[in-house]
Amino acid sequence: MTLGVLKVTLERSAGLEQAATVFEVPAYENQTVLDVVSWVQQNADPTLSYRFACRVGMCGSCAMMVNGVPRWTCRTHISKVLDGDAVTIGPLRNLPVIKDLVVDMDPFFDKWVAAEGVHHGALTRDDPIEAIDEQSDARVEANAGIECINCSVCYAACDTVTSNADYLGPAALQRAWTLLNDTKDDGRAAILDAVSDKGGCHNCHSMGSCTVYCPNDLDPMSAIAGLKRETAKSFFKMGR
Amino acid sequence: MKTPARAHPLWVAFIVHRVSGVGLALFLPLHFWVLAMAMTDPDRLDGFLHLTENSVVKLAEVGLVFGLVVHMFGGLRLMALEWLPWTPSQKTLAAMAVAISFLIAGLFFMKAI
Repeated sequence: MTLGVLKVTLERSAGLEQAATVFEVPAYENQTVLDVVSWVQQNADPTLSYRFACRVGMCGSCAMMVNGVPRWTCRTHISKVLDGDAVTIGPLRNLPVIKDLVVDMDPFFDKWVAAEGVHHGALTRDDPIEAIDEQSDARVEANAGIECINCSVCYAACDTVTSNADYLGPAALQRAWTLLNDTKDDGRAAILDAVSDKGGCHNCHSMGSCTVYCPNDLDPMSAIAGLKRETAKSFFKMGR
Repeated sequence: MKTPARAHPLWVAFIVHRVSGVGLALFLPLHFWVLAMAMTDPDRLDGFLHLTENSVVKLAEVGLVFGLVVHMFGGLRLMALEWLPWTPSQKTLAAMAVAISFLIAGLFFMKAI
């Protein structure tokens, strides 16, 4: 059963002036922002480009700017974001647009690696499996951080990323903080070097947009604060 | 319901702290320049101090004190945020302790005046 019509404005790529940007989409009782975008592509303009995969908030593919706010569109009910009966949907901020609502995620993932967000193993297959204390403070921190789905909502929300192209961003730094707290990871020195470099954690102004808009309720701002403390401690101990 | 992406308390706390900081940085050289008149030109300083009877200047003084206070607490907030890895319940207790301290100090102040 439809419940009227939504006025949907899509911020599409430059150079596609012929392509329509305003669509009238039938409203349904149960409808996500991703459903609205899919309706446009399937019923109004098959040339519209957008990205999604799992539709259940696990893959991190479908993030877009919705009325100026970065959101995971598959888990955002359209009724929560409508401005009257209108909504404006655009590509994620702070990343190069490929076409329409699709952005190039490469800078985001490259920074993930630049922040040493990779596994630093020290053991071999012949070593016994390390016992993990699930209750330890460090493990609790790491357990929170591993819920990140790489959707880049925090990266799009961050004003520091906008003004400083070198800044690693909230997701990559939170990954570094997670690994720093993981007893299975042996990359402490490499991680601290990476996150105290030019684009590192000390660029963060604690504006908190990452923490406010994280769809999984993670807290990158506090993770970055943790990196600031650890790099400062390491500095005063002269790297010991 | 259209909310700007920056309309959240953390971002407001950030911008208030930075803008008050720039304001104070601009004010301080003027402040020292006027104070230095006590040594170089006391009469001119007196003339300057008469300005403080003007209601517009009084209003500006309120703004100045607000800027100082908001910048100080913004700085304390930032240091606590970045240097103290507290749990949420510890933060609540700390905020309560500060609030109760202010209440008691405020009561003493009210009795004194």
